[in-house]
Amino acid sequence: MNVIEVQGLTKSFGTRKVVDDVSLTVEKGEIAGFLGPNGSGKTTCIRMMCGLLTPDAGHGRVLGHDILREQRQIKLQVGYMTQKFSFYEDLSIRENLNFVAGLYGLPPDAVRDTLEDLGLTSRRDQLAGSLSGGWKQRLALAACIMHKPQLLMLDEPTAGVDPKARREFWDEIHELSARGLTVLVSTHYMDEAERCHRINYIAYGRLVAHGTVGQVIRDAGLATYTVETDRPGLVARQLAGAPGVDQVAPFGTTLHVTGTDPAALEAALREAGVAWQPSETSLEDVFIRLMEQSQDNMT
Amino acid sequence: MSWFSLRRLRALLSKEIIQMRRDRVTFAMMLGVPLMQLLLFGYAINNYPKHLPAALVAPTQDRFTRAMVSALELTGYYDFTHTTASAAEADSLIARGEVAFVVTIPSDFGQRVERGDNPQILIEADATDPSVASGAISTLGKVAEGALSREIGRDAIPAPVNIVVHRRYNPEGITQYNIIPGLMGVILQMILVMMTSMALTRESERGTMENLLAMPATPLEIMLGKIIPYMCVGAVQVAVVLLVARGLFGVPFVGSFGLLAGGIFAFVLSMVILGYLISTMARTQMQAMQLAFFFFLPSLMLSGFMFPFRGMPGWAQMLGECFPLTHFLRLIRGVMLKGANHADVAQPIAALAVFVLIFGALALSRFRQTLD
Ligand SMILES: Nc1ncnc2c1ncn2[C@@H]1O[C@H](COP(=O)(O)OP(=O)(O)O)[C@@H](O)[C@H]1O
Ligand SMILES: [Mg+2]
Repeated sequence: MNVIEVQGLTKSFGTRKVVDDVSLTVEKGEIAGFLGPNGSGKTTCIRMMCGLLTPDAGHGRVLGHDILREQRQIKLQVGYMTQKFSFYEDLSIRENLNFVAGLYGLPPDAVRDTLEDLGLTSRRDQLAGSLSGGWKQRLALAACIMHKPQLLMLDEPTAGVDPKARREFWDEIHELSARGLTVLVSTHYMDEAERCHRINYIAYGRLVAHGTVGQVIRDAGLATYTVETDRPGLVARQLAGAPGVDQVAPFGTTLHVTGTDPAALEAALREAGVAWQPSETSLEDVFIRLMEQSQDNMT
Repeated sequence: MSWFSLRRLRALLSKEIIQMRRDRVTFAMMLGVPLMQLLLFGYAINNYPKHLPAALVAPTQDRFTRAMVSALELTGYYDFTHTTASAAEADSLIARGEVAFVVTIPSDFGQRVERGDNPQILIEADATDPSVASGAISTLGKVAEGALSREIGRDAIPAPVNIVVHRRYNPEGITQYNIIPGLMGVILQMILVMMTSMALTRESERGTMENLLAMPATPLEIMLGKIIPYMCVGAVQVAVVLLVARGLFGVPFVGSFGLLAGGIFAFVLSMVILGYLISTMARTQMQAMQLAFFFFLPSLMLSGFMFPFRGMPGWAQMLGECFPLTHFLRLIRGVMLKGANHADVAQPIAALAVFVLIFGALALSRFRQTLD
């Protein structure tokens, strides 16, 4: 049985359709990435799946429970980490954990163990509001796995966190997943997508790609070439609009040039008279392409 | 998962209490504001109303009695809403606050006027609100003489009418006696409704609502977790106000303490639940505040705190019945100043209980378990 299985989720705020016909499947034990630019509807989707928003249309099951009728059971077995830190800033670390433990009916040593695991035992009386971004994020994660949920939904857990803390955070997620936890994590960092078993890409409320990273890149059918030049700005301008060229992205003195038709692309590069060589298409190239495509579809 | 668990409630309660304690400014305000208002209004307020309901006890209906009654009505101070022959019934009317005066014209009044033998009228005034009594009583002597001389004829000079005035419950006519217990209701209403009306909006505005809703707390538990701490605050405020009322203003306390405690409990409960109800309707703290004020003003004006309740026009009285404060004022004035018994306060207590049930049911049904 799949841990998440939802079909046709749709949600509008006012007249704006924010999530449009999104279907999602997440298997047990996997780390599913939920990607998309800001405002694409990731948070709204996650809220619908954990019973915090009622979908306008669509249905499905999370951990075998109907998302429309069995929100209570879902809440008991899901750990949801909100995008914005939403524990009590005027409560200390320990008081926050006590509160969570009380609501889930956990024994008192659950809090003690969690504090120890976090390495926060000595700072337990510090107010949560005074913690740095990285520590807030660790506290939030610890608080939402305290009741031993079977599914974790993490909404942009690493936004505004430094790279080292980000690395540690992902190590921890992999550890949790190795213990059998299923994780759905939303992000808009490309490098984090590569750390997921499978990814789902959502743009303007629509799910436009899903699968492993390799599958998503292959399905996009893009060809990418790199151009070495000492005048990247000039060459980029020259290439940008040429037939066959979809994207030109400078990386230092290297340009990534992407297009759907390799022959046309090569012709354009020859025309520009620059030295080029074939290269791997990156996930980022694919996502930018997908985003532009769905923007075109919208208008 | 059950709809109520004591453990979850305890978790919610301890969280609320910690937050309340940490919010120093608000906490100080909750204790400081009542004291300040009590002193300010306690010394400041005074008023002089007209057209108050009165009961007439007149066993005989001779022409002198009728002349007396119509003369009294002409003064504009008395509206005879009840006529009875039984002194006991009149007594209970004034104890319940349904009339502000009982005018007794004895059966031998007419005979004595004709004999020129010191006729007597007894006026009992509910002086818990001293302003009610003062104007109505001060002009009486002249009114009576005028009425009788017209009735007897031009030449005869009637014997002076002996008017016996009993200021009941507050013989010296001290305004504070009436103001202070009422002020307690007003202060409790203001602080409690205002504080609890922020209960949920604060969570929404700080973004903690999403987390709270994602965890397994039921609407009932959340409501109780929010209102119980404020009931304790209310209890402290009550103690402060009562002590000041006694110590500083010397307000008498003649009734049963148990009744008073029960009445205050019912009122405080209705106020915190009302505040919570407002908080389920408002989206922001600003809106909550506006809704609370929208409620305060009519409640203050129509409850009988600002103006004697029975002195207001009928429609205003009907509106006034819709405010818990109205019933609380009757109750607390009755118990503190008149020594009202169980039967006398049964009605206000029942009314407060109805408010609690209605507000509670509305709040639970309004509570949004999702972020929609
Ligand atoms: N409660 C709401 N009311 C109105 N609009 C909303 C609400 N929540 C989200 N939106 C809008 O829906 C869009 C998608 O939001 P969101 O799901 O938060 O996207 P993401 O998490 O991918 O950044 C945004 O444009 C946002 O402004
Ligand atoms: Mg988001």
